[in-house]
Amino acid sequence: MRTLMGWIATLMLVLPSSGFAAEPIPTVALTQIVEHPSLDAARRGILDELAAAGFTPGHNLTVDYQNAQGSPVTAAQIARKFAGEQPTVIVAIATPSAQAAAAATRTIPIVFCAVSDPTEAKLVKNLDHPGSNITGTRDFPPLAEQLDLIRELSPTAKTLGVIYNPGETNSVSMVAALKPLAAAKGFQLVEAAAPKSGDVLSAARQLTGKADAIYIPLDNTVVSALEAVIKVGREARIPVYSADTDSVKRGTVAALGFDYYDVGRQTGQQVVRVLRGEKPGDMPVEGVKKLSLFLNLPAAAAMGVTVPDAVRQRAVQLQQ
Amino acid sequence: MSSIALLGALEIGLLFGLVALGVYLSFRVLQFPDLTVDGSFPLGAAVAATLIVHSVNPWLATLAAAAAGALAGLTTAWLHLRLGILHLLASILTMIALYSINLRIMGRPNIALLGEPTVLSPLQDGSIPSYVLTPLAFAVAVFALKWLLDRFLNAEVGLALRATGANPRMARAQGIRTERAILLGLALSNALVALAGALFAQSQGSADVTLGVGVIVVGLAAVIGGEALLNPRSVAWATTACIVGSLLYRLLVALALNVELFGLQAQDLNLLTAVLVASALALPRWRAGRSLRRNGPSDD
Repeated sequence: MRTLMGWIATLMLVLPSSGFAAEPIPTVALTQIVEHPSLDAARRGILDELAAAGFTPGHNLTVDYQNAQGSPVTAAQIARKFAGEQPTVIVAIATPSAQAAAAATRTIPIVFCAVSDPTEAKLVKNLDHPGSNITGTRDFPPLAEQLDLIRELSPTAKTLGVIYNPGETNSVSMVAALKPLAAAKGFQLVEAAAPKSGDVLSAARQLTGKADAIYIPLDNTVVSALEAVIKVGREARIPVYSADTDSVKRGTVAALGFDYYDVGRQTGQQVVRVLRGEKPGDMPVEGVKKLSLFLNLPAAAAMGVTVPDAVRQRAVQLQQ
Repeated sequence: MSSIALLGALEIGLLFGLVALGVYLSFRVLQFPDLTVDGSFPLGAAVAATLIVHSVNPWLATLAAAAAGALAGLTTAWLHLRLGILHLLASILTMIALYSINLRIMGRPNIALLGEPTVLSPLQDGSIPSYVLTPLAFAVAVFALKWLLDRFLNAEVGLALRATGANPRMARAQGIRTERAILLGLALSNALVALAGALFAQSQGSADVTLGVGVIVVGLAAVIGGEALLNPRSVAWATTACIVGSLLYRLLVALALNVELFGLQAQDLNLLTAVLVASALALPRWRAGRSLRRNGPSDD
């Protein structure tokens, strides 16, 4: 038993500890809560933007990427590791990882990505003047514009079904923000809860006969079982719209939103500014700038939507 | 590994030492496979965080969190004893119910505590950095609770609990009210786990409904790992083994986070942690096997 502890102690000393690198190469420490297509795309965007600005990992930049594999406890431990290694900047992808990083250090600059509500998460007090060591990009979706799009494509729809997991922060605040907006645009909201991905199919079925159109917010649970909703949409000819553009390729009619790759690129620009010496406290939290319309024509036909030419022309990406 | 990372690992390891003590109480002392833990850990975090943001004294909030955990344990025990549901299933039912209850308590899936007063706030403004003081304070608290638990398990009530787990029929024949022992044991076990959750939320700056993911697995790994290492023969050693096992688990996770060899990447973390824990557990047995071959069989 004594030898075992000895072995562990030796291993810990022998293993490379990037904190002691002698060269003045800046270090970007990336922490991400879970493997997820959108979050992975955001991370690629961040790294591509860094490369575009002349920071190449391995040459003049060290990147330490860690993933908590879904456990907030591991995210806390990753944050402590980074706090101890004193990287130039910590980039935190998604709310739990950002909160863990914020709890671990008050001095190392933190740039967050893919956080919907940074004030509610207490990452910053003021979006325009964060003032502390934290800034980033918030990914709150353009709800009003999305509702306008649904109105344009389903002009007669009166009720709008929303499927979401009441356990996801982002979805809950999105649905709360959606309610007054939907009412103002003449939609009555019908909610269906799916606490696990296995519940998505029955939640979608529950909306048939009640909803004239279905809207899927940025909800990890529902998006992971998206095919179930699309199946129901096709069977019952209820058009399914999504907040997330990646879902259009998988069979929703349309989405007006952002590509997480572009969100990552925008966060990457903020990271570059921090690497060049700017203080996060002076950099406002940014909303996503680049909105794009994705359209899936076969899905529209299958779900009984006629797409006006005006909408078709605005599409950035069109599935024929 | 930096000292902040090491102390951070110890801090989380100490908190999960409380979880391991709770798991030891249910799985080992009572022989009751209780998965309620996956729900009572976030329950503790949820209750403490909600009360703190409603300006309740953080000490009171932490206490309330432990009480809520005890209630969760009682629910599982009640489902098993009164409704006759199989112990494992009863605990699973409470666990999944707690997911919704935690959401109800918090009103949203995540409550941030960054900047709120917590039981750890007094440690934050001294000349010694909080990343040193927090694990120290946790060490004192965890070992104090361990000492109390040892005393409890060696007192008459505690002996009744141990008898209930060891041989319920015999215990009943000796006039022990085994139902009460199970109720008390599970309440205590889940109170410890919820307390760990409350402290974790306060040290980590937020309570999240997903906090419970895999808590029971880590708790069990700590209990079994500690047993394999220390081979305890008394209650005091068994509870020490729980805490040692939990610390070891976190150190191995920290180690896994630092391994950049053989092209290992971030996505390999859980696999690597499992491999490290497995080898840490296999090592004493492997050494024993070797000395057995060299010296001939011993009496052990």
